[in-house]
Amino acid sequence: MTDLTELGVAAIREGVAKGDFTAVEVAEAFNANVAAAQGSLNAFIVATPEAALEAARKVDADRAGGKALGKMAGVPIGMKDLFATRGVQTTAASHILEGFTPQYESTVSQKLWDAGAGMLGKLNLDQFAMGSSNETSYFGNVVSPWRRAGGDNAPLAPGGSSGGSSAAIAARLCPAATGTDTGGSIRQPAAFTGTTGIKPTYGRCSRWGVVAFASSLDQAGPMARSVRDCAIMLEAMAGFDPKDSTSLDLPVPEWEAGLSANLAGKKVGIPREYRMDGMDAEVAKSWDDGIAWLKDAGAEIVDISLPHTKYALPTYYIIAPAEASSNLARYDGVRYGLRDLPDGANLQDMYAATRAAGFGDEVKRRILIGTYVLSAGFYDAYYTQAQKVRTLISRDFEAAFGHCDVILAPTTPTAAFALGENSDDPLAMYLNDVFSVPASLAGLPAMSVPAGLNSQGLPLGLQLIGKPFDEQGVLNAGLAIESRAGFTAKPEKWW
Amino acid sequence: MSVDTATVAKIASLARLKVTEADLAAMVPELNGILAWVEQLGEVDVTGVEPMTAVIPNHLRLREDAVTDGGIRDAVLANAPAPEHGFFGVPKVIE
Repeated sequence: MTDLTELGVAAIREGVAKGDFTAVEVAEAFNANVAAAQGSLNAFIVATPEAALEAARKVDADRAGGKALGKMAGVPIGMKDLFATRGVQTTAASHILEGFTPQYESTVSQKLWDAGAGMLGKLNLDQFAMGSSNETSYFGNVVSPWRRAGGDNAPLAPGGSSGGSSAAIAARLCPAATGTDTGGSIRQPAAFTGTTGIKPTYGRCSRWGVVAFASSLDQAGPMARSVRDCAIMLEAMAGFDPKDSTSLDLPVPEWEAGLSANLAGKKVGIPREYRMDGMDAEVAKSWDDGIAWLKDAGAEIVDISLPHTKYALPTYYIIAPAEASSNLARYDGVRYGLRDLPDGANLQDMYAATRAAGFGDEVKRRILIGTYVLSAGFYDAYYTQAQKVRTLISRDFEAAFGHCDVILAPTTPTAAFALGENSDDPLAMYLNDVFSVPASLAGLPAMSVPAGLNSQGLPLGLQLIGKPFDEQGVLNAGLAIESRAGFTAKPEKWW
Repeated sequence: MSVDTATVAKIASLARLKVTEADLAAMVPELNGILAWVEQLGEVDVTGVEPMTAVIPNHLRLREDAVTDGGIRDAVLANAPAPEHGFFGVPKVIE
């Protein structure tokens, strides 16, 4: 019999619908993989095998009863532990939210359950989604299932912040998972693990019930092992939500039905500023491969310029911490989460003690930076200046899209690094997001697809950035790469 | 611009984060490293450029002025660390 855990979203949905196997069999197979890998990969904070089975039983019963099945019927998924799930602990990988059990369900997760998906568990991540290596989680590092070729068994980073999601998908613990992307948190982990993920246009997926990091940047999206699976899952996740004031009141396109790898008549822009001095030669080579593949798919390649690229990261590291310091003010030890009340402490002491005990170092660092750049006397020099430069970065893309339909670039400057390699130097870690942050600042849809393996046997990703609302253009270019890259590599099982 | 120990202590107090002397000593160089790096934004000419307010053009909606939620006190208090008599409990704030 087929190993059900090798199947993706489309194949599972089709097999369940045709009766080749039951949804319960699928859920059992993935539940077993989740349990077996937990000690080695630490991809999940909480496993919910019963929730997966219950959703599967309902799908099997609906099918037996001749009822219509949803877009994700019978597909068990991992849920990043940033989405509030009713009755299931939701922590954002923080101590301050340890034990927090939401009384409500996030809009995106509810939509997935309504579409017939089931929950395998809550996936580990960087604390409050702040990190690029999944080393800031209160619940321990996630270890990538990938290892360098040649016997070096150094544990590698699965990327971040959606590192539990990327590791779980690559290790076949789930066929797909939710991610969230603030500055690259879907795309960078996808690139590090040979998986596929898309951040849609800002506002496509509701932020309601998603633990907030930087509200003007946060956007949910799917991660999976193919472009088609991402298209299916994004359709299930997206849609207008009156409970999110920045939700886009637009119909959800039929992205799956619209998939086409034929790019005849399309122009693909290659941003010259992304070809940086000292660029990793293998990353540069995979970018050239991508250009050749898109040409082969019928696209015309054009040179474009995004002049403010070098300012995107510093802009991001003012705006994101500023918004984070404001959003995280809600953790006060009063309404939910941890409370630390030293003997004889007053209310102010309790706030300060609770927050000191409940937040990790990176979270504190960003709260302090954010508080500083928003403080009286510094606001204009830092925050207002950053918001102006953000306008210029957005205009760069607008001008470039006058000459092309979609942009191709690497997702990350290097392949996955070892755990611990960058964790002593916050700036070195931040530089990982150099290629992903600009599209985030402009709210654009962007995805990462695997391009191949480097000489160490580690995956490299290519990034596609589209015009606002043009997820279809991004998915189609992604499909053109996917069908030519022929990426079938998977990590050799050691866990 | 760079920060010293006193400034970081002030920021931490504004952010309601209790920090020890040792924390402060470690944080000062880290924050200065980050601040020195973001300073480069100062060189960008932003004459006549409006600060970004909405990344994707959207308009803020008004909804009908009607009660659409409420009556869920117990659910609201369910995760409170110290609820009392149907309220959030806090240390005494009046002397």
